[in-house]
Amino acid sequence: MNYDAIVIGAGMSGLAAGIRLAMFGKKVCVLEKHTIAGGLNSYYQRRIKETKEIAQFDVGLHALTNFATKGERGRPLTKMLKQLRIPYGDLNLCPQSYSVIDFPDKKLRFTNDFEFLRNEVHEKFPHQIDAFNKLVEKVVAFDELDLNAGYMSSREVLGNYLSDALLIEMILAPLLIYGSAWEKDMDFNQFVIMFKSIYLEGFSRPKGGVRTIIDKLISRFKEEGGELKFRHGVEEILTKDGKAIGVRTTKGEELFSSKIFSSAGLPETMELAKKDTSHQVGQMTFLEAICLTKRAPTKEEFEPTIVFYNNSEKYHYEGAKDFFDTRSAVVCCPNNYEPEVKDVHGCFRVTFMANYEKFKALERSAYLEKKEQAYEEALKIVKSISPSVELDVVLKDVFTPTTVERYTWKKRGTVYGSPDKIRNGKTDIDGLYVIGTDQGFLGIVGAILSGISLGNLYGLMES
Amino acid sequence: MTAEEVKQVVLDIISDVAPDEEVSDINSAESLRDQLDLDSMDFLDIVMELRKRHSVEVPSEDYPRLATLDSCVEYLTPKM
Repeated sequence: MNYDAIVIGAGMSGLAAGIRLAMFGKKVCVLEKHTIAGGLNSYYQRRIKETKEIAQFDVGLHALTNFATKGERGRPLTKMLKQLRIPYGDLNLCPQSYSVIDFPDKKLRFTNDFEFLRNEVHEKFPHQIDAFNKLVEKVVAFDELDLNAGYMSSREVLGNYLSDALLIEMILAPLLIYGSAWEKDMDFNQFVIMFKSIYLEGFSRPKGGVRTIIDKLISRFKEEGGELKFRHGVEEILTKDGKAIGVRTTKGEELFSSKIFSSAGLPETMELAKKDTSHQVGQMTFLEAICLTKRAPTKEEFEPTIVFYNNSEKYHYEGAKDFFDTRSAVVCCPNNYEPEVKDVHGCFRVTFMANYEKFKALERSAYLEKKEQAYEEALKIVKSISPSVELDVVLKDVFTPTTVERYTWKKRGTVYGSPDKIRNGKTDIDGLYVIGTDQGFLGIVGAILSGISLGNLYGLMES
Repeated sequence: MTAEEVKQVVLDIISDVAPDEEVSDINSAESLRDQLDLDSMDFLDIVMELRKRHSVEVPSEDYPRLATLDSCVEYLTPKM
């Protein structure tokens, strides 16, 4: 079978690239190994034993970043919707209440109105406000979407502006854990993307969770005549004389195309193309404990949407030495997206940095025991943030780096991919392009824009 | 197509590409980018839609000719 383009992976970037190509008459096939689309931002279901209800959980980001109001000019979210011809209202976005960067002596709250955070910084770090404002000016003026930009250390740039080490740690914490493939530090281009998408724009969640976005992308792709095959992984990317010519699927079929867009990840893609690769596999992997309670927490019990908890003055963003690292955690309470999500149940999602190798080495019973232990630690953190919260648990679940690996086929279960990003998407093989996480735009909106821009560049403009 | 029809074609495409924009108050002599929230991605869409709907090819070196509504009409009318 011949196609104008083959897309590997029905995640956010793959579906977006597929829609763009199909929109302008290209014959496109998207191949997905899993039975559900979404890739790193997907969902799964579990039955609550007691009531027999089906509960649906998001995996991946706790929030859709890059919040924008309808028609807001020049925003990534608006751009993305325009390019995919999806009306703003279809996402049914519920904005966050507020989020907190929670360190032992200081807390910084932020909302979808940046002035709120500016005031918080002014109040908590009065001596740093002028420096902070200068940093914000730099961030606003910075062109983070330059496809040819090189690596710059964020800590170094921040150190040139801010003198208070604690403020630097606090600003970095949410940005690192919501997107850095590097340990301890992040590329300044990525810092700017994250700063804008989280602090300047903000958080929201589509009503119905990530599935609302996934279903919309699939239906747009099909409307435009695209072909989507589930349970079809790619066994090998076929090349000839340094050019991509097609793929062989896990079902043994050969599909041909001179343009292949892969969202499998950079080291993963090069392995499929049978090329020796020096591209590193990322160190950062995570574990998440999910606790579903009988009823949503009241405002007095738990009001923030997301809490970036850290138990010391220094934020340790690095692969966990032990199974997981309880020095810090991200706690997301999806009930606290407004207009108030009137879910019957309360939900807490607690994310820890974790160690892939340690989980991978465990036998089944030890593995389950370790998950139970992580769950208990997660509850402790929720309780320490809000001692009054009532946790009448109806369902609990934990996923680990090995779970992520099992369903996404990302090496080591990394969610932010390789520290080697290819901004222009080009690989050593002609016609083979990397999209998604390893192209370097971050989050759901970033991944979708990655698929759109590389689909445009190599699929539409070059032909 | 007459110049008036070509103008309508362009306006129809703009309203599909940028559904939140009000196309009825466009000043036809002024730059479209200054009046509307259109970036290079949107211009690509306008070009792609011209090809898809009316089989008109606009090579990238001619993109500047699409700067205003008047220049679009002037450039596209002989091609349609």
